[in-house]
Amino acid sequence: MATVDPPKTNATQKKEYEHPAPVLEGAHDYTTVTDKISGIVLTRHTPRSWFLAFGVGFLLLMVFFGAVTYLLFAGTGIWGINIPVAWGFAIINFVWWIGIGHAGTLISAILLLMRQQWRTSINRFAEAMTLFAVACAGMFPILHMGRPWLAYWLLPYPNVMGLWPQFRSPLVWDVFAVSTYGTVSFLFWFVGLIPDFATMRDRAENSTLRTFYGLLAMGWRGSAVHWHRYETAYLLLAGLATPLVVSVHTVVSFDFAVSVVPGWHTTVFPPYFVAGAIYSGFAMVLTLVIPIRAIYRLEDMITIRHLRNMAKVMLATGLIVGYGYLMEFFMSWYGANSYEQYVTSNRMFGPYAPIFWSLILCNILTPQLLWFRRIRDNVAVLFVIAVVINIGMWLERYVIVVTSLHRDYLPSSWGMYGGTIWDYATFAGTIGLFLSLLYLFIRVLPMISIFEVRHLISTRPKAE
Amino acid sequence: MEDQRHLDTTIAAPESSRERERLEPEVYGLIAEFATPGQLLQAARRAREAGYRRMDAYSPFPIEGLSEEVGFHHTGLPAIVLIAGIVGALSGFGMQYWMSKIDYPLNVGGRPLNSWPSFIPVTFELTILFAALAAVIGMLALNGLPMPYHPVFGAPRFARASTDRFFLAIEATDTKFDRKETWAFLESLQPLTVSEVEP
Repeated sequence: MATVDPPKTNATQKKEYEHPAPVLEGAHDYTTVTDKISGIVLTRHTPRSWFLAFGVGFLLLMVFFGAVTYLLFAGTGIWGINIPVAWGFAIINFVWWIGIGHAGTLISAILLLMRQQWRTSINRFAEAMTLFAVACAGMFPILHMGRPWLAYWLLPYPNVMGLWPQFRSPLVWDVFAVSTYGTVSFLFWFVGLIPDFATMRDRAENSTLRTFYGLLAMGWRGSAVHWHRYETAYLLLAGLATPLVVSVHTVVSFDFAVSVVPGWHTTVFPPYFVAGAIYSGFAMVLTLVIPIRAIYRLEDMITIRHLRNMAKVMLATGLIVGYGYLMEFFMSWYGANSYEQYVTSNRMFGPYAPIFWSLILCNILTPQLLWFRRIRDNVAVLFVIAVVINIGMWLERYVIVVTSLHRDYLPSSWGMYGGTIWDYATFAGTIGLFLSLLYLFIRVLPMISIFEVRHLISTRPKAE
Repeated sequence: MEDQRHLDTTIAAPESSRERERLEPEVYGLIAEFATPGQLLQAARRAREAGYRRMDAYSPFPIEGLSEEVGFHHTGLPAIVLIAGIVGALSGFGMQYWMSKIDYPLNVGGRPLNSWPSFIPVTFELTILFAALAAVIGMLALNGLPMPYHPVFGAPRFARASTDRFFLAIEATDTKFDRKETWAFLESLQPLTVSEVEP
């Protein structure tokens, strides 16, 4: 897994700048890429590391079921939430998960509109990650309601109480934003899969599989007329998903920013939440892709170029996040509001100071290593940095949610917060749900878009 | 070419088209197989220049300009998506306006019943939702999918159209279609194989 490129001289570095590493390596043609990607699925052989990763995910999924069962039995009192900190882990995890999803949409939609060829071998995987991250995110607000079986009350439906949702509340906007995001992410992912379902149908040797993929392919036959409409639809979806992804984390940040709580009531929240979401999402893509690339020997298709580019996006969005923090501190000082000033000093030097400084270490200092080419090209180090950033982004949400709530205007209502074992179990459980879904996905569906890689080959200038 | 046996050469050339109908069974059309996207594009262009109109090309990935060569220029999909988006916006805002202002006016801290700036996020989300659903459902509907069976699936070697082969099919409904002439024409394009497609 750890492949360190030999040190480069200045001359080769310059050459690399002019001719970046290819997005597709090796002597591949249409047949070999199809064989390689569909072969991962259409085989009886499952790598042992798959069982290991899925096993861990499945075990944690059982922890999730256990924690949720006890939650439904006993109520949200088993969590650490209290008054004043009524949000706690549920909202921290919700924001963390939904943010992770954003890299998938960015890779599939925004990079498509910008004609970035390097999106091709990672978009399918990242879209699946989005979908499963949204599924995990959705668990938390619903479980946090206390009576999750009444979750449908959030939707505007005619009811005997004659009531409608309060449309002036960001929490209701969230319902629409997250459900639309989930739906559109699913559509994007599914539409991208249709031509590959047809490939799987035509290559499957057993009739059950042929029927399974055939039903999903819906009779796709690769007609030129169909491709024309298909590409139009795909481009339109990308154009729609781009403002959507920005709006989703904006609305999530409104949950905080529209309130009057010191530390939350700030206009910098929407842009820096969106940047943070993309930051954590790319970190998660790297965390997942680096081991999977090694397990399935996909180095030809997920090349060092992909990892390098993702590292650069992380560095850029990390700096935007750093700027967001800086502006928060600056405005709390410059705004001359004593409550805002107190929140900032309480974050830095109060009871949660260790978490705050760990966040700065993980989110701001560690990614500065990515300035160095040697680090970006070192797969093992990149993996560690990505994991550290994931932790950092979780800590960021912890600081935002907990430190603002635990001491607001009235010292008489101050309190402390800490997660209980059930908080941690539920959080670990959603990681299990995520891993289980993800590993099932890579076992039964092509994890790299086959037709887009074929298209890449057709546009590739002949090397020989 | 090995697949020439698909052309039944034992039947003498028929005199009239009616005679032809009688002697030869109906076919969906003729299909030629190519190895590269460039050859397919070239073949489609020559077929169009030769006067064929009812044809379609099949490829394992989208090929730029191919749909134009087989006579398809314009799709109504963007218009459908635009209309759906507008409908989404109007229904999103209309729903909130009706619920908050007309059906259940509720005074919350003296805020106006029609607090339109607060209604924008939901309006926006529903615009995207309607447009995205229309893009996908519209694309599938215009393409006539799901369609479990299509004659070209019966063509020999057509399974490779989803991997590494490129096909051009000239359909029997084309006014210029003639089994022998069209066959000869397709052969002149230097394909890998030519075969008949059963209806």
